Amino acid sequence: MSVDRPSPLAGEGTRPGRREVPAHVGRPRTLHLSDRAREAVAGYVFLLPWLVGFLGLVLGPMVASLWLSLTKYDLLTPPRWIGGQNYLDLLTDPRYLQSVRVTLTYVGLAVPLRLVFALLLALVLNRGLRGLDLYRAIFYVPSLLGASVAIAILWRQLFGGEGVLNQVLRLLGWANPPAWVVDPRFAILTLVVLAIWEFGSPMVIFLAGLRQIPRELYEAAMVDGAGRVSRFFGITLPLLTPLVLFNLVLQMIGSFQAFTPAYIVSGGQGGPVDSTLFYTLYLYQQAFGSLHMGYGAAMAWILLAAIATITAVIFTSSRYWVFYMEQGR
Amino acid sequence: MTRVWPSAAKHVLLIAGALLMLYPLLWMLSASFKPAGEIFTSLDLIPSQPTLSNYTEGWNGLGQPFTGFFLNSIALCALAVMGNLGSCTLAAFAFARLNFPLRRLFFALMLMTIMLPFHATVVPQYVLFKALGWIGTFLPIVAPKFLAVDAFFVFLLVQFIRTIPRELDDAAKIDGAGPFRIFARVVLPLTIPALATTAIFTFIWTWNDFFSQLLYLGATVQSFTVPVALRNFIDVTSGSSWGQLMAMSLLSLVPIFGFFLAFQRLLLEGISTTGLRG
Repeated sequence: MSVDRPSPLAGEGTRPGRREVPAHVGRPRTLHLSDRAREAVAGYVFLLPWLVGFLGLVLGPMVASLWLSLTKYDLLTPPRWIGGQNYLDLLTDPRYLQSVRVTLTYVGLAVPLRLVFALLLALVLNRGLRGLDLYRAIFYVPSLLGASVAIAILWRQLFGGEGVLNQVLRLLGWANPPAWVVDPRFAILTLVVLAIWEFGSPMVIFLAGLRQIPRELYEAAMVDGAGRVSRFFGITLPLLTPLVLFNLVLQMIGSFQAFTPAYIVSGGQGGPVDSTLFYTLYLYQQAFGSLHMGYGAAMAWILLAAIATITAVIFTSSRYWVFYMEQGR
Repeated sequence: MTRVWPSAAKHVLLIAGALLMLYPLLWMLSASFKPAGEIFTSLDLIPSQPTLSNYTEGWNGLGQPFTGFFLNSIALCALAVMGNLGSCTLAAFAFARLNFPLRRLFFALMLMTIMLPFHATVVPQYVLFKALGWIGTFLPIVAPKFLAVDAFFVFLLVQFIRTIPRELDDAAKIDGAGPFRIFARVVLPLTIPALATTAIFTFIWTWNDFFSQLLYLGATVQSFTVPVALRNFIDVTSGSSWGQLMAMSLLSLVPIFGFFLAFQRLLLEGISTTGLRG
């Protein structure tokens, strides 16, 4: 199998000594068996890094994680088989249940709100607006920066007791506003606000989708006398539903894994009173703080199962609300 | 639409919205130039007595200059970019252009791993990397990039390579080119826009990725990256010198912001196209 022949690509047709090259220009894809085998070998050579990574760093660890979740393991002594004990313990661990509550609250608020803002702004910014590029850039930037430690630190300041928000509120006459980030009632909401602030990337996807909608559809609808509202619900929204589905799944999966903002705003503790104890934060504390690796692995598997289930539910339900143009009207 | 909603009103609202979105960042910028007393007393975005001391003192605030943290972050990101560019392109070419047994199965598995949460594998990976003696080095973060574990980019590149006309491959085949030559001479040069998207996103995501840097590089000051250093800086300053914290935080965002300004079009198109094709 000689793979790297010193031949110029743009050379003239057939070359001497290479009889297996199909000379028939009309059917260039007809390959001889030897070529086919050669291609298979080449395929695996190209795929090798991915294959090693997939087996060694994804599939292998997932299986290992499932096994670890059935053991007690502290990195120092060998894992000890305890069956389903970790899972049972989780069910009665109040901090774990709190982390589930916090995470579901966060995902349930952050994802829909972010998508609503993204869709609204995309609609306003769509088509022929002067300064569109500048607006789009400004609204997009926070979604690039938002996941950083720096922005989480900034949030801690903005929504702190002496923060910018409270300075404004005091100016407006509210003498004693709550210290948002350290108030258990509001801490999670400051993180939701941060999540909404990052609506830019789904917005850009919606904008691209809006541009794909054929103008003729609107023109035809206007000829039929359809107003703005019925054009939105009759044309725009149905044709955007595939992207709503895409963004929904993507944002949902991402939000379940949120870690940095909660970690930084609460100083790594998930406080005040565990009100920002995200699932991933508790996993981190258990697995890498207390070295309860088996317990952490069990948490990881439940997270994976939960995300997979919700994704499956969304996809199953999508046949009732996602509209694909090819299926006709 | 514009007739019903006068465009002037629309612009006023949009500008107000844009300012609201930008306000936190502008405030951060202004706070980084304010003397300590002014941050909590004045809402003015223009400091009354601008000072650079937050930058000069903050830079050395952790007992060790931020120079090393920035160099660590840059090196880590550069290696991650190299890894993703190499490994993801190879895998993408195989999936998009070559026929081999089990291709469909592997492709489906690759797609599934895009959705896989990072935390699903992190515990055993940590155990593995600890056994290899890699904790405290870049390897736990960089090695997976050289093994195409970021399946998202494999998918992005597959989608891009599929848009390159196969006739070009066929023409090269007639000239006697094998898969490797077709990859290097025909497909790779035409894939440059998608490679740029891959490089930029890899850089930004690695720069921001706090969890794994905290996990693998958080133990010794020498191996701190910028996010880890910032996290430790919070404890050191303990609320007393917000100005320094803001100054260093702002500096940590400069590379991302720079990438955005330089490659805005590419970034936005990258999102749009992968979004549409997903």
